[in-house]
Amino acid sequence: MFGKLKFTDIPTDPLILSVVIGMIVGAVAIIAALTYFKKWGYLWKEWLTSVDHKKIGIMYIIFAVVMLLRGFADGIMMRTQQAMALGANQGYMDAHHFDQIFSAHGTIMIIFVAMPFMFGLMNLVIPQQIGARDVAFPLLNSISLWFTIAGGGLMMISLAIGEFSNTGWTGLAPLFEKEFNPGVGVDYWMWAFQIAGIGSTLGGVNFFTTIIKMRAPGMKLMKMPLFTWTSLTANVLIIISFPVITAALFLLTMDRYLGMHIFTNELGGNMMLWNNLFWMWGHPEVYIVVLPAFGVFSEVVATFSRKRIFGYKSLVYATAVIMILSFIVWLHHFFTMANNPNVNIFFGITTMMIAIPTGVKVYDWLFTMYRGRIVFTTPMYWTLGFLVLFVLGGMTGVLMAIPPADFMVHNSLFLIAHFHNVLIPGALFGYLAGFNYWFPKAFGFRLNERWGKLSFWGWAVGFFLAFMPLYVAGFMGMPRRMAHYNNPEWQPYLIVATVGTLIIGFGIFAMLVQLFLSVKNRKKNRDLTGDAWGYGRTLEWHTASPAADYNFAIIPHVKEIDDFARMKADGTAFKQPEKYYPIVMPKNKPYGPIIGALAIAFGFAMVWYIWWLAVASLLAIIATVIFIGFDNDNEYVIPAGEVKRIEDERFEIMSVASDQNIINEKEEK
Amino acid sequence: MNTTEAKNMDEAQVIAAEHAHHAEINTFGFWIYLMSDLVIFSVLFATFAVLGKNYAGGPGPTELFHLPYLFIETMFLLLSSVTFGFSMVAMNEHKKKAVIIGLIITGLLGLGFIGMELYEFRELIMAGHGPDKSGFLSSFFTLVATHGTHVTFGLLWLVVMIIQVIRQGFSYGVRSRLVRLSLFWHFLDIVWVGVFTFIYLMGMV
Repeated sequence: MFGKLKFTDIPTDPLILSVVIGMIVGAVAIIAALTYFKKWGYLWKEWLTSVDHKKIGIMYIIFAVVMLLRGFADGIMMRTQQAMALGANQGYMDAHHFDQIFSAHGTIMIIFVAMPFMFGLMNLVIPQQIGARDVAFPLLNSISLWFTIAGGGLMMISLAIGEFSNTGWTGLAPLFEKEFNPGVGVDYWMWAFQIAGIGSTLGGVNFFTTIIKMRAPGMKLMKMPLFTWTSLTANVLIIISFPVITAALFLLTMDRYLGMHIFTNELGGNMMLWNNLFWMWGHPEVYIVVLPAFGVFSEVVATFSRKRIFGYKSLVYATAVIMILSFIVWLHHFFTMANNPNVNIFFGITTMMIAIPTGVKVYDWLFTMYRGRIVFTTPMYWTLGFLVLFVLGGMTGVLMAIPPADFMVHNSLFLIAHFHNVLIPGALFGYLAGFNYWFPKAFGFRLNERWGKLSFWGWAVGFFLAFMPLYVAGFMGMPRRMAHYNNPEWQPYLIVATVGTLIIGFGIFAMLVQLFLSVKNRKKNRDLTGDAWGYGRTLEWHTASPAADYNFAIIPHVKEIDDFARMKADGTAFKQPEKYYPIVMPKNKPYGPIIGALAIAFGFAMVWYIWWLAVASLLAIIATVIFIGFDNDNEYVIPAGEVKRIEDERFEIMSVASDQNIINEKEEK
Repeated sequence: MNTTEAKNMDEAQVIAAEHAHHAEINTFGFWIYLMSDLVIFSVLFATFAVLGKNYAGGPGPTELFHLPYLFIETMFLLLSSVTFGFSMVAMNEHKKKAVIIGLIITGLLGLGFIGMELYEFRELIMAGHGPDKSGFLSSFFTLVATHGTHVTFGLLWLVVMIIQVIRQGFSYGVRSRLVRLSLFWHFLDIVWVGVFTFIYLMGMV
């Protein structure tokens, strides 16, 4: 009835148990609050079943922030363990537990923080930036979100029932084979990853189609905002690379469930095949999460330098070159694993070449600021912090692109320091910049600047203290992933790194305070015009904040790059049109959460060999998809009169705002 | 014309324009999905290229595969693509009956293909050459069965479409879905040509 699952699979380790109890208490509290305030209907109708890209974006970001807290908790546990576990001191957890923590940390941060945060920003911004009313496939968008959440749910369940993988977030052939890892840990990792990955592929198809097919008239490719451009390239990478990890995880499934010999080291399997397939996805994945962040920086730096981005075309071409190069560098992840020298040289050179377009971008951002009238807002702080820290991380990357140098630091803490040094400033700072920048667009009020800046300083200083010592310890020869060590020279660096992590913890705390205070004082920081910062350049600032369901009452005709800045200069930005037309919009549908719930049931059943449930949930997913095919009631029309009423209200508010001189229309040239 | 009528006219036009735009978007998006599916097949082909000669002391393609049998199996699938093509021609001429007959024949041919494939698998496993015996057999079974699973889902979709054509005629949704199913079906045909060439023909040489 319950497959392999037994009561004894619930961990008794006091540390895990207390976390699990905390999670259950939290869940019960949320359920009780929803019931008490009678918000279930609202939550279900307005949010969970929503196909509105803006709401889906917000849900993606809430999910990412929750998972960030969990991933950060894993990080702090690793740091404290390594600060203690020298010589006779074994620290507070055993090696098996430590292995699960670092595997969970990596999986969560990439798959369940970076990816959903990125998709959240794309959802929030792209349709408004290209002058569209929704994405190409609104229902599919909801299903993608719920696949991602289902994978995250499986991750959280693994904490409470059973165990997680001990083979790292990248997997490790043949250690992850059934023979060496008969438990459920690897299966949890595999299914959580697989289910979320399918959501990402579908999301990639959706956004690629949206950007190619739904742009407002006049918006040629070379007139697209840069966030849209970088997202387009990221989606190309998703469409081409995510199926690779889907197939690789599927092959591993065959090994583990049907006893095949794909990645085994016997009967004709090939362990190196895993490394190649994994990094054929894994390397483009780095650019999938980094490129949209580059797009955010481009938007932020132009807006707050109050001038057009420097070298628009060079930024577009640099983005495209990075997109292409990202497919031919994957082997640098295993220079040391028995390749012939010429192969290593090829991949070493292509890796170094990526520094060229990236350098172009850095100069473009710098030259944008040059002679700009810079406004030092929170998004700008994140951008400046990124520029300083990311260049450092990029240089250590070029260093490791040299195969002989890589042989010295491969799998050491130097590598850990390097990729955190590119991913935290490169991706996370970008998302947080975007979060601060577009928050008023999503909710209609700005975030608290003081606590936003404190959060930045927490992250920047904490990051520096947490990872610079790891470079040193790596040079001193400390390998990654050690639960315990005997070299006393490493310890001081690890203690400093732990302090750094605590300062990052302050940064996260400041972010939560920032949110709390901003919601509390939301009346004071309201954005009445839609152009929340007053210097907006691209079309998303043309809609109301928060935008109406249909975003644009009249689809704009785009004439040039930064078309909203052009409209403000023309004086046409805030003119009310004379006539409105009816608008067709997609209806909310419950299929996303239904398929998500079934996907969790399927993943859980596969992990625990509960075959009846696996078959039943898979059949139910197929039945749901067929049912969707028969559901023809999926759109509704907003009559022209209703559109006019909503827009009149908006222009009423705007005229009040312009009396208060909030609109900086004249300032734009 | 009174005002309500004018309003309805307006709405009908807006919906029609929306549908026309969406028919194009749906097809384009489905193309993109197919390309991502093709990447999955490429990985499985690559896996076969790496593992395909690792017999682990067991038999290889020349001992296991029978070309005449596979030729017939292949013909089933190729012919089903032709009959699907006829169905699409009939759809454009609004011949409901011809479409349904074409789809049924396509489905039967697809069923024949799947039946022959399953029989081949059964024979191999019964003879002790299951997917757990060697890297060659693992990669062979994974690639061919993944294609077979796609065809099976295609058949399920085909049944759904026959029901929809009967019940809804050629509505906007049905036409759009039929176009996409036909893309899917031809796509699987092309992948099979790759499978046949790469695994069977080249393996037998």
